[in-house]
Amino acid sequence: MKRWFQSKSYNTPSPVGRVLSYLILGFWALLILFPLYWLIITSLKISSQVAEGPFYLPFVDFKPSLDAWKYILVGDLSNDTLRTFKNTLIVAPTSALLALILGSTAAYALVRFEYRPRVGAILTFIGCLALGVVAIFLGVPWTIALTVATAIFIILLQTIGRRFQRALGNNDIAFWMISQRMLPPIAVVIPIYILFQRLHLLDTYTALIITYVTSNLPIVIWLMRDYVSTIPIELEECAAIDGASRYRIFWSIVLPLAIPGLVATFLFVLVFTWNEYLLALFLSSANSQTLPLVIAAQNATRGPQWWNMSVLILIMIIPVIVIAIILERYITRGLLIGAVKG
Amino acid sequence: MTSELQEPQPSRLHIEPMTSEFEEPQPSRLHTVIASVDRLAGSVFIFPTVLALLLLSIFPLLASLYVSLARFKIAKGGFTLNFVGLDNYQKLFIGSERTHFLGSFAPSTPLSWIVFGVIVMALAIFLARYFLNTRVSIGGLVGRLLLTLGLGALTWMLVHTLWGDGRLGTVSTTLVYVFVGIFFQYILGLSLAMLTVQNLPGRRFFRVVFLLPMMITPVGVAYMFRMLTDTSKGPFTPIWQALGLVDFSWVNNAWGARTAILIADIWQWTPFMFIVLVAALESQPVEPVEAATVDGANPWQIFQHITWPAILPVSMTLILIRLIEAFKIVDLPNVMTNGGPGTATQSLTYHAFINWRGLDLGASAAVAYMLLFLVTFFGMIFVNLIRQRVVETL
Repeated sequence: MKRWFQSKSYNTPSPVGRVLSYLILGFWALLILFPLYWLIITSLKISSQVAEGPFYLPFVDFKPSLDAWKYILVGDLSNDTLRTFKNTLIVAPTSALLALILGSTAAYALVRFEYRPRVGAILTFIGCLALGVVAIFLGVPWTIALTVATAIFIILLQTIGRRFQRALGNNDIAFWMISQRMLPPIAVVIPIYILFQRLHLLDTYTALIITYVTSNLPIVIWLMRDYVSTIPIELEECAAIDGASRYRIFWSIVLPLAIPGLVATFLFVLVFTWNEYLLALFLSSANSQTLPLVIAAQNATRGPQWWNMSVLILIMIIPVIVIAIILERYITRGLLIGAVKG
Repeated sequence: MTSELQEPQPSRLHIEPMTSEFEEPQPSRLHTVIASVDRLAGSVFIFPTVLALLLLSIFPLLASLYVSLARFKIAKGGFTLNFVGLDNYQKLFIGSERTHFLGSFAPSTPLSWIVFGVIVMALAIFLARYFLNTRVSIGGLVGRLLLTLGLGALTWMLVHTLWGDGRLGTVSTTLVYVFVGIFFQYILGLSLAMLTVQNLPGRRFFRVVFLLPMMITPVGVAYMFRMLTDTSKGPFTPIWQALGLVDFSWVNNAWGARTAILIADIWQWTPFMFIVLVAALESQPVEPVEAATVDGANPWQIFQHITWPAILPVSMTLILIRLIEAFKIVDLPNVMTNGGPGTATQSLTYHAFINWRGLDLGASAAVAYMLLFLVTFFGMIFVNLIRQRVVETL
């Protein structure tokens, strides 16, 4: 009797514990998989089968059809699907990769260097920027506004800015960076729209990629910062003694050691960019539309086209699932965010 | 911005690279260039990020601050923005949007007085302990006073809108989504992570399956849950019928609708907590756990004294990131309930979205800014008080 409650090693559960674990895990897996099962069978239904009430089992309850799949992949919507799928395939990994490169360098810098930005300088900078923005909104040409604001900034920095010697530290910079994700996209989307309109970049990959990179940088920095700080500093010191430059140290020591963390962070950012909806809605129209927009567009005037929507959602998660399965071993091993430096 | 980040102090890793003193007697010009480039490394590493964030974050931030202080009108050949001062904010707090934003307040009841009293007492004790135990600094004092006032005001609002005749405004609804959601996501994520790091055959399968919900686009999740929760055509119709609820629509019940949205939110974001916690659990050293097992510690003791302190710092980062993201919830209420019944399930972002759709960009930006203040408020509390303290005690 006692044997059932005894575990062999610290990590292997007792027989009873094992049964309980499987029960709970199975239950949660069911909760995850049932909605996905419902998506799959809805994608095999035609409109009347959805409208007449719930049918659960293909071939038993209802006759499955591939109408929706055909409509999406080879029929009327195939052009839209393939085009937006291609766009998503280009935009999401590119921006995730760029965000990863920029973010991990910044994360390394925040861990290993000390920055002391002065409060006075920051305040004058924000003031001048605010002045410039207001001037542009009031109709001053942006070239003039920019020049004047820069000039005022430099003058003030040399005079008043030097009086405030109070400085901030690395943690303040990190908090400033994460705070850039706090404003809801709905609030920033109009200024961003106007910005890209002025730059004639609307409806291009560039606009989407730039926006996605900046909006995901803070997450990369925070996850990577925790990760980089677990890399033993002795290794870097050894390299420095051997005469390696900071860039060399970063490139040949820090990055290879951080690969698991990089991979896991990449997956998170990829998921975020792959699925982004609101910014894409504003910044893209004909050329650079991404897949989430097509899904939302299936909510037509006749009501949501559940079957088409299901097909699109399924098409959209398949690539990410493949990547996740490939990268899974890295994630669990890798995201070892060790001690978080406060 | 360069000037703000100037003089990265001789870094923490402070070892002069030996510019090959032994090989070349005189350092060539090339070497001086390399050395100076190396000294700039601190700026080079962080500059691109700071520049990118400044260009694409500060500008929209300031622009929408200006919009929130103005009235937007479509005019001939474009639009006009007239500066109106704090009108948009005034509307939210005492004007026409008040019940939408803050909720409609019920008259005070004994219960609301008791809850409010308890919270105020707790805040007073918190302040008193600060005065008695630590040296008072201006920054710390201002921060703590703001915290007390903010939390007090939020409590006052919640006790008058959560029960009785009161109705939740978009602020309280968002707070409910954020805190209830994160609580369950963390608990579920942690328990599932603890279960899958055990030595069980098939755990990799469970891990990949548990990751799935995060991979689906939020709009997709919202539509999927609208399908699932349909009481006449969804898969759970027989259950609703058995309960005699087939004509009952959860969409028409405020808490029913909120619960449905919360369930969808928890379903989608538990994986995020789960996977990071799995990573944290896997990376903790094995030896202390083995030693404790040999010494006869029970699983609860091992968790409490070894595992929990090890994953606490990660949990803090995780909760902070989720806190920031959760405040921006909009797809789920928009698709699942259209914000209904009435305004019961609207979050702050959704509130901003409605104003925006009505071309009242000023009001929309004002709501967004209030959201920013709220997130910053909780983010600051979290980082400065809770996270700091937790990390320090380790």
